[in-house]
Amino acid sequence: MKVDVSNPLWRFRGITSTAMFFFAYLYLPIVILLALSFNENKLATIWTGFTTDWYVTALSNDDMLRAAKNSIIVAVSATILATIAATFAAMGMARGRFRGEVGVSAMLVLPLLVPEIVTAIATLLFFVALGIKLGLITVIIAHTVFCIPFAYLPIRARLEGMDPALAEAANDLYANEWQAFRRVTMPLLWPGILSGAMLSFIISLDDFVISYFVGGAGATTLPIYIFGMIRIGITPEVNAVSAMMLIVSIVFVSVSFLIDRIRY
Amino acid sequence: MSEVVISARSVSKIFGSGADKVTALDAVSVDIFQNEFFTMLGPSGCGKTTLLRLIGGFEEASSGKILLEGNELNDLPPYKRPINTVFQSYALFPHLTVRQNITFGLEMQGIDRAKANHRADEMLELVRLAQYGDRVPSQLSGGQQQRIALARALAPAPKVLLLDEPLSALDLKLRKEMQVELKRLQTETGITFVFVTHDQEEALAMSDRIAVMQFGKIQQIGAPREIYDEPTDRFVADFIGDSNFLPGNLVAAANGKHALTLANQHVIELPSVRSGQKTGDVTISIRPERLGLVAENLADQTHLMGSVKSVIYFGTDTTYEIDLGNDQTVKVRTQNGTGAMDDFGRGERVGVHVPADAIRVLVD
Repeated sequence: MKVDVSNPLWRFRGITSTAMFFFAYLYLPIVILLALSFNENKLATIWTGFTTDWYVTALSNDDMLRAAKNSIIVAVSATILATIAATFAAMGMARGRFRGEVGVSAMLVLPLLVPEIVTAIATLLFFVALGIKLGLITVIIAHTVFCIPFAYLPIRARLEGMDPALAEAANDLYANEWQAFRRVTMPLLWPGILSGAMLSFIISLDDFVISYFVGGAGATTLPIYIFGMIRIGITPEVNAVSAMMLIVSIVFVSVSFLIDRIRY
Repeated sequence: MSEVVISARSVSKIFGSGADKVTALDAVSVDIFQNEFFTMLGPSGCGKTTLLRLIGGFEEASSGKILLEGNELNDLPPYKRPINTVFQSYALFPHLTVRQNITFGLEMQGIDRAKANHRADEMLELVRLAQYGDRVPSQLSGGQQQRIALARALAPAPKVLLLDEPLSALDLKLRKEMQVELKRLQTETGITFVFVTHDQEEALAMSDRIAVMQFGKIQQIGAPREIYDEPTDRFVADFIGDSNFLPGNLVAAANGKHALTLANQHVIELPSVRSGQKTGDVTISIRPERLGLVAENLADQTHLMGSVKSVIYFGTDTTYEIDLGNDQTVKVRTQNGTGAMDDFGRGERVGVHVPADAIRVLVD
């Protein structure tokens, strides 16, 4: 690592070791989980040798695959719905000032702050009160709601950095509202939209609490399945499934981050 | 007189409502002619940009009408008006190449690609950036982006080109170059330019006619020389160039002329004043360069007597501040290097020569 000597932080003695300690604190458990997923021993915590068998076992487990399939169905549907809603919301909010703008803005991101258990119970009660049968559909609806702010924020940030004169310039050059959106706004906005979509996907894939409450029988998602597995005991198979989820998450978050850095 | 292209008929624009109500334009009427370089000049908040945006279709008038060649424009969106704009921020599409930027408007009009590309090359030639077609805007300097913005707006051959302070982001030298460039483009294309600026020098240098605006109203409208030499009110005289303002007393004389008393000492006969000019206490304006200085021993009753308060040397000219007594001072600007005038030092008594035809009696 190259050290910038002009950074005043380096004048504190022990800054390196302190930082190392906290990074270890954050990432060591994950590293151990990854390592143990290759452990030959059936007891997850005792290392006896290297194997990739647990990945094979996990990938040939029909229940696990069904849960994974459910997770992907939910995540893809929620992502598409949330991203569309978030794009419209962001464009509406960027359009100009109006009465109550601050309130609407706060309501859009409020789901980020409400304790998840509260949302979960409220949503469950809501579905029950309306007499909607719990299942994948209810999970998708609930996920869409909490994914909206995750999709909204990067899109809004993109729009904020966009010169409002660009859309006007498109109109000025004979493009109607739709053409201006398709030819100018959309191409400039897509990194934000894609980044927001990928974040939504991961948030949905990861969700446990809400899925647990509003998913009925047959709507078992991967986190719920993993939770079920560890009630029997932490096996290397659980580690392998978790590791695979981790890798998918890292890939998506990194790509989302990189896309968001695209600048013209 | 050539044909009227744009006509505003008592156009008002009110932003907000209730206590936050702001009248940006107050019943403005103006005719802009074919092939004219028309400038709207004024301080920020005077309504010049609002009027431009109304012509472009980006804002809706609260009342009044805007006509293009006699047809009402009010309800037409920007994309249905044969009017193009050069935006203050240029607003070049960052994801498109320079050529794609220029052909954008043409494609939207349904012109086929080959023709559009050909037109783009013509436009690049016109703004002298022929080899830059394949670059993207971020690879261009501010001045080059400015030219591309012009090329893009001129490509569809609009009836009117609107320019919203397009030179304000450029440094002084580049700005002077672009002023010449803009004037050339206007003459070469024959398109009516409606230019908005707060820079009076820019306005004087380029315009066929200038509308000086303040508080949402047009204060005066005319050729640069008219605006400069014959300002009607204090605001115009003050905003355009330097002016001396002096209180005076105007008395109508029997022969149809008027006698003006300045600084309680000096009577000047004015051959003519504006019709309907009220007499009594008035304010007059005089440009500093129209005044002259003579040494005390050469002064006579036709001079205003005073003493030199300060001398500022500007290279091409020198500005003297002359104290006339009674808290009245005037600035006198003399051209250097003509040898016509001696140097005067601080504190020296001098006579100020005031030619009658340099005096403008202002409307209060």
